[in-house]
Amino acid sequence: MSAVPEAKASPPLVTYDTHPDRYLHWRLSFDGPVATLAMDVNEDKGLKPGYKLKLNSYDLGVDIELADALNRIRFEHPEVKCVVITSARERMFCSGANIYMLGQSTHAWKVNFCKFTNETRNGIEDSSRYEGLKSLAAVNGTVAGGGYELALACDEILMIDDRSSTVSLPELPLLGVLPGTGGLTRVTDKRKVRRDLADVFCTTSEGVRADRARQWKLVDHTAKPQAFKDAARERTAALSALSTRASGKGVTLNPLKRAIDAGGYHYDNVDAVIDRKARTATITVFAPRKEIPSTVDAIHAAGDTWWPLAMARELDDAVLMLRTNDLEIGTWIFNTRGEMDKVLAADAALEANENDWFVRQVIGLLRRTLARLDVSSRTLFAIIDKGSCFAGTLFELVLAADRSYMLQLPADEAGAPAVAVSGLNFGAYPMVSQEARVSAHFCGELKPIEAARARIDQKLDAKLASELGLVTFTPDDLDWDEEVRIAIEERTSLSPDALTGMEANLRFSGKESMETRIFGRLSAWQNWIFTRPNAVGEYGALKVYGSGAKAKFNWERV
Amino acid sequence: MSGIDYSEKIPNNVNLANDRTLQRALEHWQPRFLEWWRELGPSDFASADVYLRTAVGVDAQGWAHYGTVKMPDYRWGIFLADPIADRTIGFGDSFGQPVWQQVPGEFRSQFRRLIVTQGDTEPASVEQQHRLGHTCPSLYDLRNLFQINVEEGRHLWAMVYILHAYFGRDGREEAEELLARHSGDVDKPRILGTFNEPIEDWLSFFCFCYFTDRDGKFQLKSLAESSFDPLARTCRFMLTEEAHHMFVGETGLGRIVRRTLEVMKEIGSDDPEAIRRQGAVDLPLLQRYLNFWFSSSLDLFGSEVSSNAATTFANGIKGRPDETTQYQDHVCADSTFEIEVPDGKGGVTKDTSPMRNAMNEVLRDAYTRDCEIGLKRWNMQIKRGGFQFELKLPSGRFRRAIGAWANIPTDLDGRPIDREELDRRMPGWLPGASDKAFVRSLMQRVVEPGKMAAWIAPPDRGINNLPVDYEYVRLN
Repeated sequence: MSAVPEAKASPPLVTYDTHPDRYLHWRLSFDGPVATLAMDVNEDKGLKPGYKLKLNSYDLGVDIELADALNRIRFEHPEVKCVVITSARERMFCSGANIYMLGQSTHAWKVNFCKFTNETRNGIEDSSRYEGLKSLAAVNGTVAGGGYELALACDEILMIDDRSSTVSLPELPLLGVLPGTGGLTRVTDKRKVRRDLADVFCTTSEGVRADRARQWKLVDHTAKPQAFKDAARERTAALSALSTRASGKGVTLNPLKRAIDAGGYHYDNVDAVIDRKARTATITVFAPRKEIPSTVDAIHAAGDTWWPLAMARELDDAVLMLRTNDLEIGTWIFNTRGEMDKVLAADAALEANENDWFVRQVIGLLRRTLARLDVSSRTLFAIIDKGSCFAGTLFELVLAADRSYMLQLPADEAGAPAVAVSGLNFGAYPMVSQEARVSAHFCGELKPIEAARARIDQKLDAKLASELGLVTFTPDDLDWDEEVRIAIEERTSLSPDALTGMEANLRFSGKESMETRIFGRLSAWQNWIFTRPNAVGEYGALKVYGSGAKAKFNWERV
Repeated sequence: MSGIDYSEKIPNNVNLANDRTLQRALEHWQPRFLEWWRELGPSDFASADVYLRTAVGVDAQGWAHYGTVKMPDYRWGIFLADPIADRTIGFGDSFGQPVWQQVPGEFRSQFRRLIVTQGDTEPASVEQQHRLGHTCPSLYDLRNLFQINVEEGRHLWAMVYILHAYFGRDGREEAEELLARHSGDVDKPRILGTFNEPIEDWLSFFCFCYFTDRDGKFQLKSLAESSFDPLARTCRFMLTEEAHHMFVGETGLGRIVRRTLEVMKEIGSDDPEAIRRQGAVDLPLLQRYLNFWFSSSLDLFGSEVSSNAATTFANGIKGRPDETTQYQDHVCADSTFEIEVPDGKGGVTKDTSPMRNAMNEVLRDAYTRDCEIGLKRWNMQIKRGGFQFELKLPSGRFRRAIGAWANIPTDLDGRPIDREELDRRMPGWLPGASDKAFVRSLMQRVVEPGKMAAWIAPPDRGINNLPVDYEYVRLN
């Protein structure tokens, strides 16, 4: 389906489509309740030219396969209770993100790459927390940087103790940057490594061997090479016992039907139309077009064509495509089309069957997809106009938006757009702060949240939605066109950097979590360092790495 | 300075007595070393009296002092070559500045890694040769094996001293680990793969001395150029000892060639089967062993283009062998080096690398030239004997597991071939099961003074001007 548009012949478009049959870097295998993902990076198959993926190092292409594999396990293999992430190499688990790739990448590429890898690692934890899919990092050799950060995302880390293999976060001493894929944060927040020891660990380029790693709580278990397989089996069994996954027949994720043209990315249930001149993308989500299956059997029979799943996959893909390939499209405008009743019926089916493994996975995919919006460096506007159906799950788009415009039609009660909240708005789709989007919207204040909750499944017109504080502006039809046009034009004229910073601050009110610290504190500092001459100047540490030349620092502390 | 204090528990020329802390730390390590030696050294020969060389000074008079000793009583010690007054840094970005007497903090981990990797190979080789004494072809050879073993043990001491004296707690822990890892132990193997394979026959042992120890020589030569002066001095002295290991390898292989030529002359045939029936090593078999050991030793130098190599050169950590005498440009900031790489289409193409990144290849080239010398000598013997055969080193691209040519099938001349052809022809290029079985069958112990096994000629002369039939080892 996908055709690369002529206008974008260079650089080539990055897509996130792959399939285990086509993996270049991972071996995915199944043995009853255990899935094994063995990293075996093909050094000649980097996503872009100019670097070799030596020593099981990775780039975006490697991580796209990892994300795909995790989704296959979630949907196609419900029998899996524990994923083992390991290496197919001897004595080398993973050496982290490829340095030469980082060195030659633009700032935007690095940031987008880190964001996606962060989301994938968060997804591993998210699946453990909400879906009972456990994971073990079977670290069977030296692990460094991003390799350790991947291990950190697993429920447990088992490390080989062969007296040689080390675990390290060498980013700071070797490259003058941070372990930016959660490493710095998970070491303390998740693993509770004392902060003075974390300080030593993060500045020691050669890292520590297994015995000290366990002493410092960097890993959970160690095993000698001969005992390693047994230890991995034992830990996998223990983790599987904690799993709440129920087995059943898997649901195949068929390739997305997507058309790409100069106008954007087009899917069955999602359409992302790009206006390059205005630097906006209008993302329209369509409600189910017919009655959606609502019993477990019927839902399973529908499989990946079941609207909530199909829509979530398409929205997820559109977000990734836009983020990776369309950097200048700084404002995303959300629209919806279709019958609100069908959206609410879909929500009812999701809620009624939330204990079914498949429905639970669909809710999970929706949760993770919506969570991508919160951390996307794009302005999000929701435009609630005639024919729209922002209800329940789709109302999350309004709540995710930086602001919303809802058309008021006092003279046409029947034709006036409405919005609705469903039970799912109050806990099914927490942001990475572990807070419901509606709660973040109201800065955690209970009164307006409860007022909204009292209106579950009711169609709210602009006036009521405005009174409830659920929408930002409600122009009537006289003002609508101009108000919306001016608002968008004004927004797109502002500094993209400042907007990204402001939006990232305002979207997460109040409560912090490990994940918000990763996306906020860690990423913000990392992204600052990524633009500093000490990292990327002519003699910056990241630039000179591997050339033998020593980094020349500006010693001023800023 | 060059006198060695033998009244101390640990013989040394570094004034250990003046540094109580360091002395205590090393005295704590010493019994562990001895325990390791008893367990994994040539332990079945602990009670034998061996005619060994022990250093009593680091100058020309002092380092070759001979006497009979039981190996566990050997005086392993710490000897650094005399300091060179006003020595300056000889290469890299700090060229011309005074050398360092302490490790600069910013290079601590790079130095530590290099020293640990080098140090790990020393005891590893002793462990690899643990049982070799039982099949010695003569007492002369047995003594040479033990000389090498005790000196590898001393080289371990040399590295452990540097770790203890200059790397604090980290260094002491690494010193412990050097004894904790064991060659071939699946649970705690030695760092470099090659050093985990046992050396089970003397042909392999001579090849190991000739090819693998020669890598050690080149690594030591480049560390002897280091800006970290104590390391440079340690390595300079180690090189004087290492020379004997090269000698054992070269004369060992040369004596095998000589014996084979004698047999070929006696039976008037170069038919391998006929030669083997006489209990000698046919030259094609020897060639296959050379192919194996040369190619596996080349991998020890690392990748053709290496960021580590560039970094250690730029920072003055590891230079090139004979940096001062062999090269004009000691900074190499802008120079380049041409390397041959696969063109991805089954051919060879040239690639240009910054010189600093190509330092492994520079070393490998010098090493290859050094390896050629022995072959020239042996080929001369063959020619003088009136035979046509020529021993040859395989191409540096043959059978590589590391670097640009890793896992690219080539023939002995380095011409890329397809995998099917490689599989078909490989048995002719490397020692096969029948070769190994034959060599094993030759390994019968000969311990009568002056007598040699049938597959090896006697040496031209004995040790330290003693006759060849001197009882170099009394087995007791």
